[in-house]
Amino acid sequence: MAVLLVYSEKVETARELVAGGKQLGVALGLGVSAVALGPGAGAAASSLAAAGADTVYVSEDAAFEGWPADAVAAGLAQIAELAGASVVLVGSTRRGKETAPRLAQKLGAGCVSDVNSLVTEGGELVAGRYAFGGATVAREKLGTAVKVFAVMPKTFDSEGACAGAGTVETPTLDVSSSVRVVDRRAKEGDHVNLDAAPRIVGVGRGFNAREDLALGDQLAAALEAVVGCTKSLADFEWLGEDRIIGLSGAKTAPDLYMSVGVSGQIQHTVGVAGAKLIAAVNKDKEAPIFAMADYGIVGDLFEVVPALTAAVKAAKQ
Amino acid sequence: MDIVVCVKTNPDLQLVRVKNREAVLDGVPFKIGDLEKNALEAAVALRTAAGGKITALCLAEGNRKAAEDIKVALAMGADEAVVIDDPALAAPDQAAVAAALAAAVKKIGTCDLLLFGEGSTDNYSGQVGARVAEILGVPQIGYARKIEAVDGAVRCERSMDDMLETLEAPLPAVVTVVSEINEPTIPGLMQIMKAKSKPLQVWSLADLGLDAARLAPTREIVSNLAEEQDRKHILFDGSAAEQADAFVNVLIKEGVLGR
Repeated sequence: MAVLLVYSEKVETARELVAGGKQLGVALGLGVSAVALGPGAGAAASSLAAAGADTVYVSEDAAFEGWPADAVAAGLAQIAELAGASVVLVGSTRRGKETAPRLAQKLGAGCVSDVNSLVTEGGELVAGRYAFGGATVAREKLGTAVKVFAVMPKTFDSEGACAGAGTVETPTLDVSSSVRVVDRRAKEGDHVNLDAAPRIVGVGRGFNAREDLALGDQLAAALEAVVGCTKSLADFEWLGEDRIIGLSGAKTAPDLYMSVGVSGQIQHTVGVAGAKLIAAVNKDKEAPIFAMADYGIVGDLFEVVPALTAAVKAAKQ
Repeated sequence: MDIVVCVKTNPDLQLVRVKNREAVLDGVPFKIGDLEKNALEAAVALRTAAGGKITALCLAEGNRKAAEDIKVALAMGADEAVVIDDPALAAPDQAAVAAALAAAVKKIGTCDLLLFGEGSTDNYSGQVGARVAEILGVPQIGYARKIEAVDGAVRCERSMDDMLETLEAPLPAVVTVVSEINEPTIPGLMQIMKAKSKPLQVWSLADLGLDAARLAPTREIVSNLAEEQDRKHILFDGSAAEQADAFVNVLIKEGVLGR
């Protein structure tokens, strides 16, 4: 039986892809196998086998340390051949996104990246991704014998993973990377994970100065929300790039997205399209953000935000 | 260090309107992508530090004015430009783009470093740099926010999720850049005038020795429509305090607030 192969250097994303791959595999008549690479991959392999992968190919080859694109693409290509893969799903993290096209090129495969929906229609896979800077969603099919999809984290739910008991194989791979790691270190300061945040306060250019962002922080604290931002605030270095929401940052799906001083350019709003509730504070009644908001307050954020913070605090007492 | 900067021209997204859920591209002018401008600026800085020549390489992809639009790259500091323009590549997939660019790089001859934006402004697939690196059999470093030339190699800094990395790749290599790398200089009148006399060549697939039939898209766009958003569009009114109270009541009713 041909195989749908899944890989991500992030175990949680790989588990999601196993769960999603199982559903697609049923429709396509494909078995689902997974790959775990790098030092310490053995533990990930057990997790993926338990999540329902029939076979997990694992290699702790030192060339996979730090997941360099050339070595990972070579390793995945060799495993894809070994496994008889006709579909490969790679987690579309930054690392996955630079690896998937190189893998596709090796396999003579078509590739769709940043996939945020993957379904079968008439026995064929159709992948959705944003186009024209987020203004539209392109739905694409690949006509190559082998197909590679770089799938965004959270596209599938790992809850759907069944209790499996797959086998683990350790193939011998011929891999190396000519990219040398000079330095690798964890980022300083707090690292935020917007992808998983249940509530987000998004700040934008309506804030005139860095110190004014304290208002947004206070509202976020009251709402028990994480602060995210538009790309321009990160460009000013007012906030870290891990707080960017949108096309060049996080694609979030919170219960509440509360935007403050965000005009609502599509490059930003694609990152919150999955929010259950969108609220907006903006002084410009015509701001595009109101066209996609459930609730809007037109007003000066320096007045409205402190009032909101106070009201939220009062409601919680 | 001889550098080829791969430049895509895109419809100006600020001018793209959506009508009946479809993006309206008629009459929308093309322009060089923002990240490609970052890549050009980075190339100029590398040339200042390490010498060499900068070639701007552009695949027209249906932009009939590509040879005109690429002059911005020459004004920004590229020494010469090459445009690949062929009707067979009016709407190519990423594999075809990569094949054409890789063939052009070989024809250009000397290339130590190939620079790309991390993604194109319009489609942002981020595929082409990695595919070209694979075709040419060279290493790749993505998402560079700092590049420097070191003896026979490039050293790049990049930010990956929770890690900061400094990587070094032997030349020739492919590097893609992010916007944080620099602030592109807007060319002045002098540079724009000077660009007009810089060498600019237009090549067809035949010039590159490529067979159009083998570059047919393997990808089919089933549809490309704006998403339908189902939102409530309720605006509050009253004083800031009144609006805030009304909003908090809504949050409680919606189950977001309260315990």
